[in-house]
Amino acid sequence: MTERYPDISFERRMDLVDFRVHERAHITVDGDSCRGCTTQACVVACPANLFIPVSDGGILFNYEQCFECGTCYMVCNTEGAITWTYPEGGHGVVFGHS
Amino acid sequence: MPTDFDAIVVGAGPAGAAAAIALARAGKSVALLERGPFPGSKNMYGGVIYGRILDGIIPNWWEEAPIQRWVTRRATMLMTGTQSLTIDYRTTAWGTAPYNGATAYRPDFDNWLAGHAVTAGAELICSTTVTGLLREGSRVVGVRTDRPGGDLTAEVVIACDGVNSFLAKEAGMYPHTEAEHFTLGVKETISLGSDVIDERFGLRDREGADFEIIGCTGGIPGGGFLYTNLDTIAVGLVLQLPGLAKQKKRPEELIADLKAHPSIAPLVEGGDVKEYSAHLIPEGGFKMMPELTCDGMIVAGDAAAMCLAAGIWLEGVNFAIGSGLAAGQTAVEAIRRRNTSVDGLEGYRRRIETNFVMADHRKLADVPDLIMSERVQQLYPQIACNVAERIFTVENPRPKPGFNAIARSELKSAGVRVRDIAKDAIKGLRSYG
Repeated sequence: MTERYPDISFERRMDLVDFRVHERAHITVDGDSCRGCTTQACVVACPANLFIPVSDGGILFNYEQCFECGTCYMVCNTEGAITWTYPEGGHGVVFGHS
Repeated sequence: MPTDFDAIVVGAGPAGAAAAIALARAGKSVALLERGPFPGSKNMYGGVIYGRILDGIIPNWWEEAPIQRWVTRRATMLMTGTQSLTIDYRTTAWGTAPYNGATAYRPDFDNWLAGHAVTAGAELICSTTVTGLLREGSRVVGVRTDRPGGDLTAEVVIACDGVNSFLAKEAGMYPHTEAEHFTLGVKETISLGSDVIDERFGLRDREGADFEIIGCTGGIPGGGFLYTNLDTIAVGLVLQLPGLAKQKKRPEELIADLKAHPSIAPLVEGGDVKEYSAHLIPEGGFKMMPELTCDGMIVAGDAAAMCLAAGIWLEGVNFAIGSGLAAGQTAVEAIRRRNTSVDGLEGYRRRIETNFVMADHRKLADVPDLIMSERVQQLYPQIACNVAERIFTVENPRPKPGFNAIARSELKSAGVRVRDIAKDAIKGLRSYG
């Protein structure tokens, strides 16, 4: 059945959602903390797949297509490694059919 | 010094809208602040709004609310990789006014409810993020916003700022922020067409179905859901954060697994994903609740962990409305008496203790832990499905085995002791009985 109806690509999945991106990043990540992190739980848990591990052991992140759920800072095991605030008013995710 | 408003409500979700309605209808000036471009724009959920709490606020609300379908079919499904056992309840009673549960798109529903606050006289200010509290000593006297010159003062602030509640945390009211109390909700809204939905789910007109599923989360404590809107269905998962963090599958892959399950695939296949969404849920309930009031501030809705995740009952919007309404009524009373200190706001706890909001949470305080246990999550669904399979498998010429023999051998092979079942049963009976 999954062959008959293949799952959509992650890019397509995220393109379906309305994100009104502000120039200021509402997430900041402390690279040094990430390089020493053994779990990097944000990589698997973020539903928007915003955290990408890179070869030097750090984390590359972007904030543009963020659901503003808070999972990343909640699962992060290093206090202060992920700083997270709400985006500027009127910006960020806008749901329509959820 | 005069304040800008009698009350400021932060967050125009169902809790905030209900609080603002209570304040505005009592003639108080109230600012209803919303960081999204419109109320509900940041909100998603796992499926059903129970409307009885609205009866006292908006008479005949069902004639005007933006409802997708009225739930007349409520199923609980126990699932393994290849099996499922479903308790499937249907009634015509829920298909006529005053109805029981409804499905809706939260951006529509929340916007509609906040509209009633505006009609009552509340000032709705959208696209405005509250960035912190204004305080005099320990007393909350207003909020900072990201608008230029955006500080606003009030006699009372009502924090309905959702599951992450930065306001309750800033005020030092939230000691229970451990990840284990939270789940991630992820969901796909899938276009199928209303005729196809009616046919697949056995529905007519505006009848709706709501399936709650256990055993479908790849070993992560949590659950799944599937429900019908008018011409879309929603399928999703709730995943306990520490469990999600310590395994390798991503949320959308776990949804894909659920959609590919032989019991679910025939219901969802062929549809186009219309929207993908995610949100945190404060599932810990009573045990994770913050302090509910401090001098000058009340916390309500998800911000106060009012969401009820009690296995067979999964409710949140009604608890948000119930707590928000109580917060608004309490603020009105406290402003009249010119005492908005913790003592002056004491009526909030009294109000929610004497109705369903805290009564249900208190009664079901142990249930979230029980539901998230390995036995309920994995072993019981496996045992229940295997027992059903053996009862209904005809193995002629061998005669039918007795239920006792089947149950005992399945318990044994699952490694579950009768003592554990008794313990869970007692816990369950204490909570649900």
